[in-house]
Amino acid sequence: MKKNLTGSTVSPKPGIGLNLVLILVFLFFLIPMFSAFLFSIQVGDGTYSIFAYTRMLQDPGLASSLWLSTRLAIMTIAIVLFLMVPTVTWLHIRAQKAKRLVEFITLLPLIIPPVVTALGILNSMPNFLLNSPYLLGFVYGVLTMPYTYRALDTGLNSIDVKTLVDASRGLGASWRQVLSTIIAPNIKSSIFGAIFLAVALVLGEFVVASLLLWSTLPSWMAIVGQADAEGAVAVSVLSLIFVWLLLMVMSLLDRKKKLQIKLGGI
Amino acid sequence: MRISRRSGLLVSGIATALAASVMLAPVQAADSSTATSLADFGGLAGLEAKCKAEGQLNVIALPRDWANYGEVIDTFLRKYPGVNVDSQNPEGSSAQELAAVRQLKGSNRAPDVVDVGLAYAISGAAEGLFAPYKVATWEDIPTGAKEKNGLWFMDYGGVIAIGYDAKRVKVAPKSIKDLANPIYKNQVALNGNPTAANAALHGVIAASVAAAGADKGVKDISNGVNLIKSWKKAGTFLPVQASSATVANGQTPITLDWDYLQGKYAKSSTKVQWKKVVPSDAVIGGYYVQAINKTAPNPACARLWMEYLYSDQGQNLWLAGGARPIRLDAMQKKGTANKKYVADLPKLPAGAKVIFPTFDQQTKAKADLAKLWGKLN
Amino acid sequence: MTESNQLPNKVAATKSGGNNVMGLEFNSNKVFFDYSGLIPFFIFALIFILVPTISVVFFAFKGNFGEWTLENLRVALREEYLSSLIGSLRLGFFSAITGAFFGFFTAYAVSISGRKKLQRVVSTASGVFANTGGVPLAFFFIAAVGNYGLVTVNLNKIGIDIYSGSFTLFGFSGLVLVYLYFQIPLMVIVTYPAIEGLKNEWREAAVNLGASKFIFWKYIGVPLLVPAITGAFLLLFANAFAAYATANVLTSGTLPLLPVQIGSLVNGNVIADQTNVGMAMGLEMIIVVSIAMAGYIYLDRRTSKWRKK
Repeated sequence: MKKNLTGSTVSPKPGIGLNLVLILVFLFFLIPMFSAFLFSIQVGDGTYSIFAYTRMLQDPGLASSLWLSTRLAIMTIAIVLFLMVPTVTWLHIRAQKAKRLVEFITLLPLIIPPVVTALGILNSMPNFLLNSPYLLGFVYGVLTMPYTYRALDTGLNSIDVKTLVDASRGLGASWRQVLSTIIAPNIKSSIFGAIFLAVALVLGEFVVASLLLWSTLPSWMAIVGQADAEGAVAVSVLSLIFVWLLLMVMSLLDRKKKLQIKLGGI
Repeated sequence: MRISRRSGLLVSGIATALAASVMLAPVQAADSSTATSLADFGGLAGLEAKCKAEGQLNVIALPRDWANYGEVIDTFLRKYPGVNVDSQNPEGSSAQELAAVRQLKGSNRAPDVVDVGLAYAISGAAEGLFAPYKVATWEDIPTGAKEKNGLWFMDYGGVIAIGYDAKRVKVAPKSIKDLANPIYKNQVALNGNPTAANAALHGVIAASVAAAGADKGVKDISNGVNLIKSWKKAGTFLPVQASSATVANGQTPITLDWDYLQGKYAKSSTKVQWKKVVPSDAVIGGYYVQAINKTAPNPACARLWMEYLYSDQGQNLWLAGGARPIRLDAMQKKGTANKKYVADLPKLPAGAKVIFPTFDQQTKAKADLAKLWGKLN
Repeated sequence: MTESNQLPNKVAATKSGGNNVMGLEFNSNKVFFDYSGLIPFFIFALIFILVPTISVVFFAFKGNFGEWTLENLRVALREEYLSSLIGSLRLGFFSAITGAFFGFFTAYAVSISGRKKLQRVVSTASGVFANTGGVPLAFFFIAAVGNYGLVTVNLNKIGIDIYSGSFTLFGFSGLVLVYLYFQIPLMVIVTYPAIEGLKNEWREAAVNLGASKFIFWKYIGVPLLVPAITGAFLLLFANAFAAYATANVLTSGTLPLLPVQIGSLVNGNVIADQTNVGMAMGLEMIIVVSIAMAGYIYLDRRTSKWRKK
């Protein structure tokens, strides 16, 4: 609590109006989740059952779409680790002048709506790529760029890269040693943050997957929802729980939380 | 010298490999995708063997509770246990089926066969998406119900009916114009988006005929759109795709859909008391159409599926689902139609004249709808 | 909860001159070598974002037979497709206004409450909710305020029918409501640093100099916050404008919206006259979002300038 010169506190506290807003917002976020949970366990005549969940868990579509989404998530993680991390590190060490350009490029996926990217991919990619789900993996690598880049960039900004590199190189370390034993541990939390964002995005991405006719978890959920509302709600609840677990794991591994956001509705 | 000998060996090696691959190549594949009838397979047994070798069939947009497709698929699986059936996007629309054919061309995920509305079948054929094939029972299909070379052929049909949950809907609607009654608030739904789904398209045509009479209604779909707009104003129209799920959970207590689909809504839950009525002011009929994907990844199984669907067994399974199979007349003459299911078919209102919108009328309606439907809100 | 840089970990710095690695200087090759490490990244970005985007812009101007034409744009701006553009602009605007309003006051309330625990919870929650994907979100709201959602049913029991007015989950009002779920957290995250940056010292100084609350806000608070809020508004606008998943699940083509319209064109509604109208609509989207995002980036740069310590 800040004190002014005479020693009394001056910073205002939220009045009734603001407190009301807080409570309203709090309720607004809680009610849909709670309703979804109840909806998925209600049978309609007042009894409860987890039938919707067991039904969904037995659905082969869930397994195959989850497996596809998982593979794509792993692929995106690989892109983060083996493309983004080296690139951003290189940028900080060697090519600071290119920062502006690279930053702009990483903002492109935000400026170009994903639906347009999907349209363009359908237009321009050869058939053999379109028929492979791994095309999605590459697209996801691009779609996650704004967030992964920012996370890694912020992390690298907070350590004096040049000095570390010069010192370690001066002491005879090879580039690989520098990257793996000096740089990486220092930006571990940023790397985890980047990975979390990437996975969250991949598991929730809908536009590109559905327009390219792939059954990832979200696009399968949308199809299921047309015929089975309770089942779709059940899977939605499960996916939210999963994201929370992921988040909890991430924050446990990372004390200095620098959470970033992903633009919703993708 | 050395080089030329090596290259000579190389050439002859390649030639041998090529020859071998041509000889060992599944000749069936080339044959299957251009086969136009059972004769090309040497009979049903030959076709069954080729399909067994392929082992896979991709179908699309076939909800299990649509005209009893669930049992149709299951019976096929039982009959041919070596074949795996992948039923994709069950609630998909006709438009989505064609899009999948186009987009997935060359992939082994592409649909082998499609079951689409007439307008889509004709445009798909014009686009060159289909392969010609005449099933064994070809002669039983009426002339107007098939493309002369076998690019497409009608399969089953019905009329547009109003279905409603008697438990939630206290006043039974009898005509389409009734649906503007505000007591049906937030209750009336179509089966999908009429710019993409055949059932919904015919629903809007029915509305159009109800509003403007048989002649003008079919020619000018804006009558139907305006009627539905009035439903929106009265608050009765729900822009939600009706399905067994939405009926079961009460989201769509009234549906404007094919009469044979009303049966699936009836079965969707023990809590609904589903009734159906053919509207007094518009009797719109329509048949769906089958076609084989020209670039089907499993051409033999695609054709075996067709032979199965058009056999007495297949046609009776559709009949069991409340739909009129296209060979019904022929089967009744031969006595192979299941009499119980025939008796269960919905009765048409006395003196009603069933209107079957022609291809041209449907195409125009679709084009107009593309412009008008977005303005509904 | 700030995205600004942390204090650098100062390691004993060895003085080294410029890009002097291992004592070797690569003069003419240096520039190339310096950038060469970025080549994989550039190739990646080129193939998977630049090429698709350029192809959309390219085909927006190509007619049915491959000729250059403005016909696609003309059709896209024709009444029936124009309604999609207008619909999306409206949705973007109202979603941004409501999200900005609630988000700002939430952020403000949390900031001045000073309660660390609350701030941590809100920070974490914002991260989670802003990341809630469009599809599950739609189903949450169907479960809550759909025709037979729990809220709807329970309010009916006490006599309130939320569908008696013009509200419907499956239309415009529903989308604005649902979008709040990720717009509010986004607003909180983006404006919180600016609010925090409104240092207490300034407030105290103003009070000590005799300024009233109103004067403080008029000359200090508002001018400093307005760029941040405006920038955030633009970001929220672009976000709602471009959103696809939730709109698709809830309205599936019955509400004219640009992204959904493009989606249904891809999904198989063949337009008889122009086949590349979808591309023209894609171009429209690029233009609108670029303008909004450019505004946001500019304003964000301005606000962060004075915020850096």
